[in-house]
Amino acid sequence: MDEKDRILLQELEENCRTPLSELAVLAEMSEEDVKERISRLEAAGAVRRYGAVVDWERAGDGKVTAVIELKVSPERDFGYGRIAARLARFPQVRSLRLMTGAYDLQLLVTGPSMHEIARFVSEQIAPMDRIRETATHIIMRTYKENGTTFAEREEAERLPYSF
Amino acid sequence: MRDFVSKRARAIPPSGIRKFFDIAQTMEDVISLGVGEPDFVTPWCVCEASIYSIEQGSTAYTSNKGTPRLRDSLSRYLDTRFSTRYDPEEEIIVTCGVSEAVDVAIRTVVDPGDEVLVAEPCYVSYNPCVSLAGGIPVPVLCRAEDEFRLTADALAESITPRTKALIANFPNNPTGGVMQEADWHAIADLLVDHDLLLISDEVYAELTYDGDHFSPARIPELRDRTITLNGFSKAFAMTGWRIGYLCAPPEITAAALKIHQYVALCAPVMGQIAAYEALRNGEDEKDAMVREYRLRRNLFVDGLNKLGLTCHVPKGAFYAFPSVESTGMTDVEFAEGLLREQHVAVVPGSALGPSGAGHVRCAYAVSRDDLKEALSRMGTFLGSIK
Repeated sequence: MDEKDRILLQELEENCRTPLSELAVLAEMSEEDVKERISRLEAAGAVRRYGAVVDWERAGDGKVTAVIELKVSPERDFGYGRIAARLARFPQVRSLRLMTGAYDLQLLVTGPSMHEIARFVSEQIAPMDRIRETATHIIMRTYKENGTTFAEREEAERLPYSF
Repeated sequence: MRDFVSKRARAIPPSGIRKFFDIAQTMEDVISLGVGEPDFVTPWCVCEASIYSIEQGSTAYTSNKGTPRLRDSLSRYLDTRFSTRYDPEEEIIVTCGVSEAVDVAIRTVVDPGDEVLVAEPCYVSYNPCVSLAGGIPVPVLCRAEDEFRLTADALAESITPRTKALIANFPNNPTGGVMQEADWHAIADLLVDHDLLLISDEVYAELTYDGDHFSPARIPELRDRTITLNGFSKAFAMTGWRIGYLCAPPEITAAALKIHQYVALCAPVMGQIAAYEALRNGEDEKDAMVREYRLRRNLFVDGLNKLGLTCHVPKGAFYAFPSVESTGMTDVEFAEGLLREQHVAVVPGSALGPSGAGHVRCAYAVSRDDLKEALSRMGTFLGSIK
């Protein structure tokens, strides 16, 4: 990855709808080169997906999100890999990470209600083989997501002119 | 009653943008490209360190020169970043912004009647500060065809037996012009031959986009005849904190310190603590801001040239300095028309020295959305005058 790749990736991460022509100007290269580089980054898996950062609460469709900690007994030969792969297939699981510390896997789970998340955890996750313990933490409020602050902030005043 | 205002104070010309300021005040939706400051807020780690220090009761005077730990870290920073060596004890003074450093530097070296060469177009304070010290400012013009660099030819023409010093600011406000090592070597020969001092205002040094900033004090023959000025305002988005610094050989620094201590006593302690934190933990955020300025520059300069407002690609600072010649208007007419009709504020180049005439200064230290909107309004304005 070089400086130009980094510029493109940052731009796409910030706003994946930026037109090619603008990316070309920003990164000081031709549109053709931008296209080619993006295809290459997509093919290499550096760009996984294009999406929007949605504030569902503000959009009027408040969903419940929970962080779920799992203690898992790793399998001989497979470690955490197979159990992680099983968990990842549930559409409710938005992200899944192996952590250092007091527990092993961390899930971010979204559902229409607290009740539904409780049901999902107790009936579908907890009974799975090799899962020893679960702890569910409901997210009460999101202040910042993927680098974007959700709260409104007053702009500080600036002079219209200064030398 | 007498007129108590001194002849000196009266002789200072009024600000070239006062009128524009007043017009802009009456408008709600101005997009201002007229401000010479970052739109970013100071990195949070810097604010937080300063807030904490206030809570801890650090509210007193500091050493006149600035706190020892700030001077120590400045000395290391200048060495690693710009390869210039200044002793923290004897060669660095922390000032109330570079503005104070400019005044102190000039008063330290200028005697009444001395001529001081000022590379123009330039920041507005150099000429008045020279005059207030009793010196005579002499413009040296930097031209668009040289990408607004200072050339040895232009400099040589302006040197007289009364010349004492040269004031230069690269990367330059308002042109975005920079000086490379070779450019400085040509200037260095002249300064040495005529035994002149250099006051080098490098407040935009960190905002250099193509290649590294070259600090003229790196040239051995210039080192001891240079006063290097720099500060935190532009690089770390810290304009309101008022922290700059002056670096010079010990004799000059000792003399400058006498003026600084009587005028300012010391730079504000909260700002000094903030500045120390900026050097310690602010580098990543600074780098991110610099990268963003570069992208904005690319976007904005491309847009200007597409509109027919010819603009060289500025290699430093955060100003574009397009020519408005193609419109048939003077820079003042253009700036006033654009403000009145499209509510976009830019600074007429002639307010920044005669060689700035025919150009306008546009600070691209605003969001990319605002830059795009400004370009679109400029397009509408240009369409309306054809």
